[in-house]
Amino acid sequence: MFEHFFADPKTLLLGAITGLVFGFLLQKGGVTRYNVIVNQFRFKDFTVLKTMLTAIVVGAIGIYAMLQLGMIKGLSVKGAELAMNAGGGLIFGVGMVLLGYCPGTALAAVGQGSRDAIVGIVGALVGAAVYAEVYPLLARTVEPIGKLGKITFADATHASPWWFIVGLAIVAVALFTWLERRERRPVTA
Amino acid sequence: MLGYLRKPQWSPYIVGIGIGGLSWCTFYFMEKALGTSTSFVGAAGSGVCAIAPDHAASNAYYLKEYGAKAGGFKPIFDWQMALDFALVAGAFLAAWLGGTFRKERVPTVWAERFGPSVAKRYAAAFIGGFILIFGARMAGGCTSGHGISGGLQLAVSSWTFFISMFISGILTAVALFGTGSFGKLATSEVSRV
Repeated sequence: MFEHFFADPKTLLLGAITGLVFGFLLQKGGVTRYNVIVNQFRFKDFTVLKTMLTAIVVGAIGIYAMLQLGMIKGLSVKGAELAMNAGGGLIFGVGMVLLGYCPGTALAAVGQGSRDAIVGIVGALVGAAVYAEVYPLLARTVEPIGKLGKITFADATHASPWWFIVGLAIVAVALFTWLERRERRPVTA
Repeated sequence: MLGYLRKPQWSPYIVGIGIGGLSWCTFYFMEKALGTSTSFVGAAGSGVCAIAPDHAASNAYYLKEYGAKAGGFKPIFDWQMALDFALVAGAFLAAWLGGTFRKERVPTVWAERFGPSVAKRYAAAFIGGFILIFGARMAGGCTSGHGISGGLQLAVSSWTFFISMFISGILTAVALFGTGSFGKLATSEVSRV
């Protein structure tokens, strides 16, 4: 039963290092706090949006540059099943505000002493087990709706990904500039 | 350097650049995208295996996420589970160095609206966690796998998730907290460290 339980040590080590850095960054960013996450959805605190949008723009530039230079073999795009993606997103949003953490930040929140996150993780494990039982029904009914495959906006429009990346970067810089002006307290670097 | 590590909070832009850079590393060194929520399926599946091994082994969803091995789904501990456990340790290190570690059962924003009851908060956290993962698995990812990794790859699936998650989150926040102080910036003491 356990012969293939552990992945190979190198993979596990790389995973652990990634998690260590990721958890460190999330906590330092303050996005592991219930108050910060919930107040994003109330438009009272924009830390989550600033963090995510910066990560997306920086990540996109690096990933697409490495792809073009042949440093990475390919992308790892999740298949578009629009009804599942949108429906799941709508359900996820309810859970994220009720719990006050997402799966990754709930785990990180445990590390900073947030006891409610532990209860949330237990709920999440039960939710995962229930989902696995419901999945065959969803696979027959919802999954086929809007099934487009593993596509990016560049694939869908036959345009260079750099148009989208530059567009995103402009939107991000404009939004950040506006937000920083609006916030009384200057952000500490 | 150590002084910076000891700061209670970093700029969200610095943290965003760090996470973006981390995603380069996972692609370059592991040919994988940063994600966290699939492991909840693996862990749940491993738990179900302990109770009903045959039932878990033939479950279509466990097989979809972890691939079919001889004899079906079996308990597993893979790179992302190592990542998830290390998330706890990394956050602990950051909180400990920054002096922001504290036991917290009821966050202040919750307490202001729903009172100091621990039982009430834990009930909401349990139900919230349940809904959260159900939604994440239905969508095929969460805030990290879809939101960050998928977002930066310009994936159609991920931006569909991201936008619908945000809309739903705003509506839920309005339903739970009302529109009274909506849009008014929180003071740093309430919102941050």
